[in-house]
Amino acid sequence: MSEIKAPAFKDTAEQSAKLQEVIAKYKGTDGALIPVLHEAQEIYGYIPYEVQQKISDGLGVPMAEIYGVVTFYTQFSIYPKGEYKFAVCLGTACYVKGAGDIIEKIKDRLGIDVGQCTDDGKFSLDATRCIGACGLAPVLTVNDDVYGRLTVDDIDGILDKYMN
Amino acid sequence: MELARGHVLVCGGTGCTSSGSNNIIEQFEKSLAEKGLQDEIKVVRTGCFGLCALGPIVIVYPEGAFYSLVTPEDVPEIVEEHLLKGRIVKRLLYKETVVDDDNIKSLNEVDFYKKQQRIALVNCGVINPESIDEYIAFGGYSALGKVLSEMKPQDVIDEIKESGLRGRGGGGFPTGLKWQFTANAQGDKKYVACNADEGDPGAFMDRSILEGDPHSLIEAMAIAAYAVGADEGYVYIRAEYPIAVNRLRIAIEQAKEYGLLGKNIFDSGFNFELDIRLGAGAFVCGEETALMTSIEGHRGEPRPRPPFPAVKGLFGKPTLLNNVETYANITAIINNGAEWFKTIGTESSKGTKVFAVGGKINNTGLVEIPMGTTLREIVYEIGGGIPNGKKFKAAQTGGPSGGCIPANLIDTPIDYDSLISIGSMMGSGGLIVMDEDTCMVDIAKFFLEFTVDESCGKCAPCRIGTKRLLEILNKITSGNDTLEDIDRLEQLCYSIKNAALCGLGQTAPNPILSTLKYFRDEYVAHVVDKKCPAGVCKALLSYVIEPDKCKGCSLCAKKCPVGAIEGVVKNPFTIDTSKCIKCGVCMDSCKFGAISKR
Repeated sequence: MSEIKAPAFKDTAEQSAKLQEVIAKYKGTDGALIPVLHEAQEIYGYIPYEVQQKISDGLGVPMAEIYGVVTFYTQFSIYPKGEYKFAVCLGTACYVKGAGDIIEKIKDRLGIDVGQCTDDGKFSLDATRCIGACGLAPVLTVNDDVYGRLTVDDIDGILDKYMN
Repeated sequence: MELARGHVLVCGGTGCTSSGSNNIIEQFEKSLAEKGLQDEIKVVRTGCFGLCALGPIVIVYPEGAFYSLVTPEDVPEIVEEHLLKGRIVKRLLYKETVVDDDNIKSLNEVDFYKKQQRIALVNCGVINPESIDEYIAFGGYSALGKVLSEMKPQDVIDEIKESGLRGRGGGGFPTGLKWQFTANAQGDKKYVACNADEGDPGAFMDRSILEGDPHSLIEAMAIAAYAVGADEGYVYIRAEYPIAVNRLRIAIEQAKEYGLLGKNIFDSGFNFELDIRLGAGAFVCGEETALMTSIEGHRGEPRPRPPFPAVKGLFGKPTLLNNVETYANITAIINNGAEWFKTIGTESSKGTKVFAVGGKINNTGLVEIPMGTTLREIVYEIGGGIPNGKKFKAAQTGGPSGGCIPANLIDTPIDYDSLISIGSMMGSGGLIVMDEDTCMVDIAKFFLEFTVDESCGKCAPCRIGTKRLLEILNKITSGNDTLEDIDRLEQLCYSIKNAALCGLGQTAPNPILSTLKYFRDEYVAHVVDKKCPAGVCKALLSYVIEPDKCKGCSLCAKKCPVGAIEGVVKNPFTIDTSKCIKCGVCMDSCKFGAISKR
């Protein structure tokens, strides 16, 4: 995997307190680790080493196991994501309808590869599993906005919207 | 409850929400208030209607007017004309429902719905999924009441066995038998679990049930728990389905409030608690043992079977695991009886199956058909055929574990056994239609890329073997291979099938084997002629300017990023194939259609 430049981890008192709350809520329940990781990612946007360490201390689960779980599931990221998270669905329906070309076009424009984030922290690009909006294939999501029935020509307009 | 004069049903499934149905609901509420109709007309956000291609969809009752591709700007007109003045807005109607100027057809007579029979999806698009009262008004929780007051656990199991229901997650294992095994297992504690980790790309039926009718799952899981002797349940659901997760959460809270979950349900002494666990994006977690490992909080790696989950499952206890759609059939079987259920479907496959139909087809969306319906009926009658007059080439079922059904087998009745006999499988119900522009080698490669990515790495045949398969496919699509490679590919497929630990690995070679079986000539064309017949595999294509169509405008030469196009203005240009990187910009930019790929 190529080295990804990541900005230093920042933690606010509020985030830290929230995480401790989450840990306290789940501590002692069976299979607590994954729900805690979900909520930790919700709080910080990603799960860097420092956050894993806090969870390890809080739940009493070894770091090795936490790192193993975090890197196993694609939903969890140890790198920060961009302010605008571009995600192109690569489910079969979207693929058959040309999602591959859409992703190439975005890679071209942003100058990053799938899984990476631009240097200014504004844009990141992911290829996602089927999001189930197959009726709208091919589909791109940017944070919570959904763009469907896309053609390659639509991409410039969409990117321009977020660049300004 | 106050009675409303009319109801506006707006689809709130993921498809329609993605195309903006939330704005439409807001606009309806605003426009109705402006006209003072807010107490007479009720706006309901429902689950999926199934015809996602035409979303956002709005249905107005009592007339049953089916409006498609509605925009927020259309809403004031619907309110003013239809709801205030009683005149249906014809220009917005789904055109299949229009008979003539004065009449509209009921939805059940439209081609898309005519051949469907809704059991699992019966409430989807009909009730407000966030209201337990509406579910109860439509007969909800009566099956649970019947089971707890009139039936012994063994009676329930016998009824399910008798119905012939088979697992809808893809394997097709008889559901009643699974329940029996779990009931027979010895243990102080048992669990029921639901697999809602719908990972097959292109399949979204489970999501639609969760979004449109979450209470039916809760009710069925409670029935299952009673039958097998469990008191705790988990729903393992994909985190990628936020709407479904949210509605299920609401439904569980409501059921608890009404005493339909918790202690001493219906004063029967039966206790049942239900909780949600979110998946985190790992396809392998759809495999039953991996799913349980994941609920336990670990890397979702499968375990060897036996012991089967019915004996040693979640946290080492006997566990019953069924898929969402399987559970969605339970209440109907209890309410109407196994005899009724058996009248639907084929000899070996009873009931209906929900398919998510997508790809190169006009009516993309969700359909529920009786088992035994042919692929032709799905594609041409329900699905409305292939867009742009293209030819049907194949349909892919079963996702990365399944295979292709070629055009000459389009009349195969769809059930578990017929699909296996032609080298595909039912799978969870994704059905992707492909036309003549789809390269079958490329599709096999697409699925292998998926399985390579999703292989958990625990067993070598899957971890290393699928990677080797993909490498061979890459060689084929880039033109660097020999005929022996095809033989090696086939041999390796069988080795992996025999040796892999879990279902993911054992079925990973299926997309290759089935395309080899029906489209071997396409593989050979790639290898021997170094051509991709469908014009998809870039390395095997070359772009050519047709001299008689080229006007010599030089636009392509200006657009070409590598300067591979040369010529004199007003004379035909030519492409230097040694420089060409096959990006296709020239073809897109040519205004005269003079550039083609071969």
